[in-house]
Amino acid sequence: MSRKELLKQQREQMIEEDGIIFLDNVSKAYSTGAPALDNITLHINRGEFVFIVGDSGSGKSTLIKLLLRELTATSGSVYVMGSNLARLKHRQIPKFRRNLGVVFQDFRLLKDRNVYENVAFAQRIVETPAGEIRRNVPAILATVGLAGKYKSKTSRLSGGEQQRVALARALINNPSILLADEPTGNLDPKNSWEIMKLLEEINEQGTTVLVVTHNREIVNAMQKRVITMKKGVIVSDEEEGGYIDEEY
Amino acid sequence: MRSISTLFYTIKQGFANIFRNKWYSLASIATIAACLFLFGLFYAVVANIQSVVLKAEEGVSVTVFFHSEYDLCEEQGIEHSEDSIPSESRIEEIGQMIAARVEVSEVKFTSADEAWAEFGLETFGEDYQEGFSENPLAGMENYEVFLSDVSMQDTLVTWLESISEVRKVRYSEVTASTLSGVNLLIAYMSLGIIVILLAVSIFLISNTVTIGISVRREEINIMKYIGATDFFVRAPFVLEGMIIGLIGAAIPLGIIYELYNYVLEYVVSRFAVLSDFLNFLSVQEIFQILTPVSLIVGVGIGFLGSATTVRKHLHV
Repeated sequence: MSRKELLKQQREQMIEEDGIIFLDNVSKAYSTGAPALDNITLHINRGEFVFIVGDSGSGKSTLIKLLLRELTATSGSVYVMGSNLARLKHRQIPKFRRNLGVVFQDFRLLKDRNVYENVAFAQRIVETPAGEIRRNVPAILATVGLAGKYKSKTSRLSGGEQQRVALARALINNPSILLADEPTGNLDPKNSWEIMKLLEEINEQGTTVLVVTHNREIVNAMQKRVITMKKGVIVSDEEEGGYIDEEY
Repeated sequence: MRSISTLFYTIKQGFANIFRNKWYSLASIATIAACLFLFGLFYAVVANIQSVVLKAEEGVSVTVFFHSEYDLCEEQGIEHSEDSIPSESRIEEIGQMIAARVEVSEVKFTSADEAWAEFGLETFGEDYQEGFSENPLAGMENYEVFLSDVSMQDTLVTWLESISEVRKVRYSEVTASTLSGVNLLIAYMSLGIIVILLAVSIFLISNTVTIGISVRREEINIMKYIGATDFFVRAPFVLEGMIIGLIGAAIPLGIIYELYNYVLEYVVSRFAVLSDFLNFLSVQEIFQILTPVSLIVGVGIGFLGSATTVRKHLHV
């Protein structure tokens, strides 16, 4: 067995044992103030749908940044898809991120390009042949309900539509994990529900979905695993949980 | 470049970026163009001054006379022995020695007869030989030595005077020192102005780049979050910078080309007197150097400016 195959096997074994996301006693401190994350241990298994809730300053955003390898932990280890993120070299980060789909509250679309270009961009990065891009992009846009809008400038779309474009972009490379940071933060209730429905569908097809949110109604209605954070620690982790109020 | 489609994508995006950020592109082109325009003007002026000085330098010569049997030296109270009168072959040999020296560009021999013919014709006209039974300039055969570098005149004169057969070395210290002074002045001035121009360029360009950063920061961040490699993010930006640099260099070259031709025509027609001793360089001579230098500097500034701008934001 080659070294590459051995590593792959080790990673698979690790994912089976510890989950597709595994935080092992992770702390993250910035230069000033209290640590943003304080000794967190967390396992998320393949195919799970998890909400992460908490007030501002609870450490949710830091957690997302650690999972994206935008930041590294001050202590402890972060494993995503069996890789120890602290050991990733700068040049290995792009390849790692291609297995993660990311959706942000502010959509983060390339404003001066149309819907098609925004989604196709993610495929160009992974050097998908042009013919395949032309087939894949309309298909994924149809999935998120934007089949007729591929020529529109993203700045002319509604918030809900922009988030669908972001979702299409996140999904087009078939990521193992989808990270959504406040995906409904800028959307009205109707659009919020539609986006959540899409996330649920994606999850049903096997993608692990991690949603950071403030939306109490959605969290309570969807009955998924809910991890509640406060001041950098996990105060509750419940299967089919709900949004927990202030008593913590 | 890993694949043809990435190559095409990079080229397409490089051009598209210029149009997407029209104002930024225009500001960058204008900045580079302004700096290179000043540089070009300055170069055209300095190159012309230098060519005039060079022409003047080429005319500076040192004349070498030899001892002769006509006892000219004794009349002037300068003593010399029989041995120091050179034979014709020795004079020829000295001529070859002079020509071999680095500071010498050309050596011209004038025999006593030639000297008399020239002088007589100039002074007395056609019938200059009348009334003279023999050459009054006998013993005045000489070498006229032209210098490749006037600042070396002293070295040459000292060496010439050390040759025992040499009676006299005639030279103008003032001309040589003035010319080498002018040369030095031009060198210092050029250096000073180039440093100032460079400093202004760097200041203006870094300002433009700073404005560009705010436009690009978000775009670069998004690309990096999706998993774009540094190369994939950087390549279109760098190409864009190089195109901007190229356009920024081409504009002043075009303007200077027209302007130079116009000024040259105007000066030559209005001040015809000047053209006798001021020899202006042709536009081709100016552009032989100016074109490659401007293009390299323009594209180089564009390349470095965009590469460093993007580099700052790649660590996401």
